[in-house]
Amino acid sequence: MTKIADNVNPHIYEKESEREITLEEHDENIVDEFDEREIFDLIRNINDPEHPLTLEELRVVEEKNISVDNKENVVHVNFTPTIPHCSMATLIGLSIRVQLLRALPSRFKVTVQVSEGTHVSEHAVNKQLADKERVAAALENNNLVQIINQCVAT
Amino acid sequence: MGKLELLQTLNGHKGIAWNVSWHPQGQVFASCGEDKIIKLWSKEGQEWTVKTVLVDGHQRTIREVTWSPCGNFLASASFDATTAIWDKKSGQFECNATLEGHENEVKSVAWSPSGQLLATCGRDKSVWVWEVAGEDEYECEAVLNAHNQDVKKVAWHPSLDILASASYDNTVKMYKEDSLDSDWSCIATLQSHESTVWSLAFDKTGDRLATCSDDRTVKIWKEYKPDNQEGVIVNDRESVWKCICTLSGYHTRCVYDITWCHETGLIATACGDDIIRIFKESDDSDPNAPTFELLCTQLNAHSQDVNCVAWNPTGNEELLSCSDDGEIKIWKFSE
Repeated sequence: MTKIADNVNPHIYEKESEREITLEEHDENIVDEFDEREIFDLIRNINDPEHPLTLEELRVVEEKNISVDNKENVVHVNFTPTIPHCSMATLIGLSIRVQLLRALPSRFKVTVQVSEGTHVSEHAVNKQLADKERVAAALENNNLVQIINQCVAT
Repeated sequence: MGKLELLQTLNGHKGIAWNVSWHPQGQVFASCGEDKIIKLWSKEGQEWTVKTVLVDGHQRTIREVTWSPCGNFLASASFDATTAIWDKKSGQFECNATLEGHENEVKSVAWSPSGQLLATCGRDKSVWVWEVAGEDEYECEAVLNAHNQDVKKVAWHPSLDILASASYDNTVKMYKEDSLDSDWSCIATLQSHESTVWSLAFDKTGDRLATCSDDRTVKIWKEYKPDNQEGVIVNDRESVWKCICTLSGYHTRCVYDITWCHETGLIATACGDDIIRIFKESDDSDPNAPTFELLCTQLNAHSQDVNCVAWNPTGNEELLSCSDDGEIKIWKFSE
């Protein structure tokens, strides 16, 4: 991409350590429910569309902004654009949605939203990300899918 | 309390099953989806089976299919920006006309009650009215740009050439042709929903309209004609549509579709919480402030979002539904 990044000099944060695997999780007889950390691990390494950095390093995604309800089959992810007028917000949200769509069982209802008060077009971005028909249409666009695949590739 | 009995589950489509449509006689139905194919189903003994598969009509997702009122034509709206018209004049179903003009995804297609007009709408924010101009010929009568966002659904009044459209801009609009200069224009804007209006359905008389939305409500609207007894103020001698009832607190996620049976008066909704719900107007309902009772809540009707519900037009209380899980289900309702 020849376009200059919206946020030329973003703040870079430290990465979390790897998840510690408990004895319980090694026990095949215990059902491991999905938890926030697991969702975080699925999306932390998504690449930013503009910088050679992960969404975790830019603190776009954080474990504390994820909630999971296994009983209700609901996953909710809030993400935080690095700057309030980030033009990539929809693309980042779409990458998160696609990654979770591919990785999670289909019973889960995934909601991806901009963290409240962190983007000028928060409402418009959220509405677009929540519209599954528009998401389905976007995912039939090969150019866009290629860009998303580059983002989610690790 | 009513009950929905599952009659049959059909492996409809690979990927999302977006829409199902009954043939006007209620013996056949069509389905479509993400896999770009249309399937025609009919009953053999007790079992519904695929009779015909229509392929190669579209390059992308087929969002909606609709039969003409005479039952001889099937229209399909696709994300590939075209609408195809299928018929079996040659003995087999073939695509004999393609309506082009929308800039991108076509979301919905509907036939007028006479079968002489077609309406399409799409993400380019426009609604197009087409006239059947001859065998396999369709002419664009009007391009209506009243909405300022993605248009999700079009539906015709059951007996008049009045068209309604529902949009991502949270409104519903009505259109008709001016008899003097034969120009189509928007005659009403129905404003009350707080998010995308996904679908709409007229009742039998066409005096009332039900709409469903991403705001998790269903609304019932009533037409007040000029000089109405209720004293509702009407400007420009055009009817006013007022929201006379909001069903809120029933749906827990986006309501994707609504169907209002013209024989039984029952309303069914398709919801993103995987549930099918059925409502009935109360016996003592006030026409200007009606009440509707929830008769049935079919939990886990599908394993994913329910995208479409359709009552059998014969009024036999059969209901079709389809889902993101690719399945089509046939239900029998009993009160």
